[in-house]
Amino acid sequence: MSPWEAVLAIVGLAFITLGTRGFFLFPERELPMPGWLKQGLRYAPLAALAAVVAPEVVMTQGHLITTLKDARLYATLAATGYFFWRRGILGTIVTGTLVMVALRTGLGW
Amino acid sequence: MNELQRRPIWRHPEFARGARDMVGVSLGIAAWGLVTGVAMAKSGLPMSLAVLMSLLVFAGSAQLAALPLILSGAPIWMVWAIALCVNLRFVIFSAQWRPYFAHLPRWKRMAHGYFTADLNYVVFMARFPEPRPSPEQAPYFWGGVAVNWTSWQLPTLVGLLLADAIPTEWGFGFAGILALLGLMYSLLSDRASWAAAVVAGAAAVAAAALPLKLNVVVAIAAAVAMGLLMDHVTPVVAKPVEDNT
Repeated sequence: MSPWEAVLAIVGLAFITLGTRGFFLFPERELPMPGWLKQGLRYAPLAALAAVVAPEVVMTQGHLITTLKDARLYATLAATGYFFWRRGILGTIVTGTLVMVALRTGLGW
Repeated sequence: MNELQRRPIWRHPEFARGARDMVGVSLGIAAWGLVTGVAMAKSGLPMSLAVLMSLLVFAGSAQLAALPLILSGAPIWMVWAIALCVNLRFVIFSAQWRPYFAHLPRWKRMAHGYFTADLNYVVFMARFPEPRPSPEQAPYFWGGVAVNWTSWQLPTLVGLLLADAIPTEWGFGFAGILALLGLMYSLLSDRASWAAAVVAGAAAVAAAALPLKLNVVVAIAAAVAMGLLMDHVTPVVAKPVEDNT
């Protein structure tokens, strides 16, 4: 890709950000949507988070991990433990990241 | 107009509250932004283009998905197609945003939309669960956006500039995933939401072989179906009728 093509690609990507995040905000009138779908979409954000997180924890290069010597598992366990103990997101992040970095640098997992 | 409404939006107390509610997760966003910056720098994309991409596109996973295609000289429509698929979840989110912003003029609605990243969505919906507009929402929203935007963009730029000095092999980029994990846990309220989350996670792993990150869309569809099913089999407790007079 020439530099100008790359710039065009990037500007297009910015419009995709705007177009997807603003999709249902753009029309002046509300698009008709069945009630059951509206109700069901309550679960969408939770589902999106779970769908992004789960593969990042248990998969490598598109395959399920086959070893328990993976720092991500213990970082996730520690973060989960912290969350249900204290319910704070900052502490959850810090706890999990410390376990992650300790296992990576200490044991090479 | 009363005194509160005349003040600039960033002086409104809800602006500070929106910012504060975002600070907890911003550490995760920052670590993730840093790693994204390093990845963009190491990919070989020229610095000026990388900065332009970060500032304009403002969507980490779409950027990382589109990068290798741009660098390999793939056709431009393919670059856009993958970003579209990776961003499909935002289309679903935008339907949820509509009742809060529908009263605004179109350009303002779109300006709100552009800045609504995943974390803004989750934090805002937790603060305003009732889909009705109210005057505190705009300052709260922009307070959260200010923190989210800064804690994403600044570390991305640092990552771009200092790519060789940052030991990403330590794995601290995982903080971004942990931020999403914590947010996910905070959304688990009843059995239906637990079931939806488990179904979504399992479906995303099972469908991971799908191209263009479409597994996320499959997982959302499966989880919505599961949630609806649970709503149907669980008796709904009648809510008291509201008096709007």
